[in-house]
Amino acid sequence: MKKLHKNFKFYIIIFLIPCSIGYLIFSLLPMISALYLSFTSWDVIGGTPNFIGAENYQNIFDGDEFYRVMGNTFKFIILYIPGIIISSFLVAILFDTKVKGVTGFRILLFIPVLTSWVAGSIIWKSALNGQYGLINNILGLIGIEGPGWLTDTKWSMVSVVLVSIWKDLGFFSLIIFGGLRGIDKTVYEAAEIDGANSFQTLRRITLPLVSPTLFFVLITTMINSFQLFPQVMVMTGGGPLGSTQVIVERIYTYGFKYFNMGYAAALSMILLIVIVSITIIQLILQKKWVFYE
Amino acid sequence: MKKLTVFILLVFMVFTITACNKDDDGRIQIDFLNFSSNGGQEETLAAMIEAFETENPDIKVNVETLGYDDYFTQLAIRVAGNQAPDVYELNIENFKAYADKGALSEIDTTKIDVSQVHETTLEAFQIGSKQYGLPTKFSNVVLIYNKDLFDEAGIDYPTNDWTWDEELEAAQAIRALGDGIFGVSRPIQTHEFYKTVVQNGGSMMNVDQTEFTLNSVENIEALGMMIDRINETNVTPNAEQLGGMGDWDLFLSGRLGMIVTGIWAFSTFADEADFDWDIVVEPGIKTKATHFFSDAVVVSSKSKQQEAGAKFAAFLSGSEEAALLRADANWDLPVALTDEVVDTYKSITPPLNKQAVFDSLDYLVTPPSLERFNEIADDLKSYLDRAIAKELTAKEALDQAQAFISSKYE
Repeated sequence: MKKLHKNFKFYIIIFLIPCSIGYLIFSLLPMISALYLSFTSWDVIGGTPNFIGAENYQNIFDGDEFYRVMGNTFKFIILYIPGIIISSFLVAILFDTKVKGVTGFRILLFIPVLTSWVAGSIIWKSALNGQYGLINNILGLIGIEGPGWLTDTKWSMVSVVLVSIWKDLGFFSLIIFGGLRGIDKTVYEAAEIDGANSFQTLRRITLPLVSPTLFFVLITTMINSFQLFPQVMVMTGGGPLGSTQVIVERIYTYGFKYFNMGYAAALSMILLIVIVSITIIQLILQKKWVFYE
Repeated sequence: MKKLTVFILLVFMVFTITACNKDDDGRIQIDFLNFSSNGGQEETLAAMIEAFETENPDIKVNVETLGYDDYFTQLAIRVAGNQAPDVYELNIENFKAYADKGALSEIDTTKIDVSQVHETTLEAFQIGSKQYGLPTKFSNVVLIYNKDLFDEAGIDYPTNDWTWDEELEAAQAIRALGDGIFGVSRPIQTHEFYKTVVQNGGSMMNVDQTEFTLNSVENIEALGMMIDRINETNVTPNAEQLGGMGDWDLFLSGRLGMIVTGIWAFSTFADEADFDWDIVVEPGIKTKATHFFSDAVVVSSKSKQQEAGAKFAAFLSGSEEAALLRADANWDLPVALTDEVVDTYKSITPPLNKQAVFDSLDYLVTPPSLERFNEIADDLKSYLDRAIAKELTAKEALDQAQAFISSKYE
């Protein structure tokens, strides 16, 4: 028995090796070299990177660009996270009903999730065109003059948020739907016998019982928000007037357009720190509202 | 046993690596990477290479063509990874960075024939007095106009003597033809800015390019004129009126009277415009000035086939044979401007007035030769955009741009 146990450990290690090597080569090493690069200036073609200490970080925090870009990300979060959570929650409740055709509805909503980001963004870019786009044409039929969705600084981020919600709605509503399905129906029966109305049921039973799922959704959407990129790149390229510039778009521009790799690496290190610290804060705060059975 | 396998594999690898330089017939192989033949001129390039290989039976050229959007990312990564192609293409904007970093080998112009090559283009690819690239083609910018709209408005066609005043008058007459019809399009971005300020007697930097002079009186005046075309007279459509449409498409739709754009538009316009159009030298403000763009082929400093590479570069650049193929295909302007090449180039119409392309050569201006020009161009553009959006006046925009850019880049 003891021998088997020993062998068991041995096999675990053997089976973990391929995966660990992949992680080492394709994740850990690039991360470490990015950390090193963030303290250098390197323009790719110029041979070896020059060590310049914390100069990249200093430049980032000295300029206004970083704060402006963070402000844009914050604007995205404020609109996107409540938007996606509320809408997927409502859709998930719809999924949970036994109306005819609900399966078809589920499939339809899931199609955007399977669509590639680039293809989806190209379609929306043309649909949101201020002058000739589908959306404004439809709005025109009911007498509303639509804005220049992607060319007006007031609407550009809103458009990015709406497209992101369109894309992610199917995925997150399915996850919340899974959470709702997991609730024991007898709890509802008990509440009904006690005379709870539907609002009380939602507030006191449904919400606490799906809170672990909501917590998962909150963390993933938060990380998604900081990593916002393809929709911005395709639809607005960061414009108009920099109103949709976000941090990953900046990393890409500095790295692969200006070939300022050190600066781009420093930005990505800051992004890493921001995401890790926000996730830790969320993990601490969850004790206050997430309810585990 | 294991060691033996590894050894055999290694031997095999060394063999295949060394074998790369020569093919079965014992010819020298060179790799050539380019972007400019992408999207329509691949066959012209293949014909040039065939002509070169016939002339030099001991050399074989392997071409690889990438789209412009990916080209410089791919190239930088290959150069960094010591995988640079033997010969590759660079445009004038990126040339300096590569030359300064020692990625290019010097081309000895005494050993090859560059006598036919247009002087300005040759100088554009020199650092000091050393030649690091051989130009293949160049282009400038002209005023292209829709004759039908001029006829409809009942006004005279533009001439080479026009200035911004006559251009504006004509543009207003054409704008009056209808709501969706616009007079003229000159884009507002950094490239257009550095040229237009020269037309007004200003400049983006001082003469020895050590300091920015973005907010000079001449520059502010010029930017004001550019923006008025959009916001005051509205002879140029604003972003909303364009609605995501490019100015080429607007011109091709027959709703734009004049467009200031590069001669590389000729082949597209010739194919797609269903109205009469022609060209003149771009009107200036106080003096004339127009863009100069050029592409060159360079030889990698890491290449083992320097001599063959330089020979190939010289063929693409200075030979009449390659130039004729290029002129015949309407593929920009070849640098080897012999009489026959000029005649061939002019014989391909529209536009009828191709002489204007040669007349424009007297007014060429080049962008400041700065390593981080792309970044500076984007920074300046963000201020120009705010002036177009009326968030700032022309003066405020350039004052702020001057302060920001000179503190960031000097």
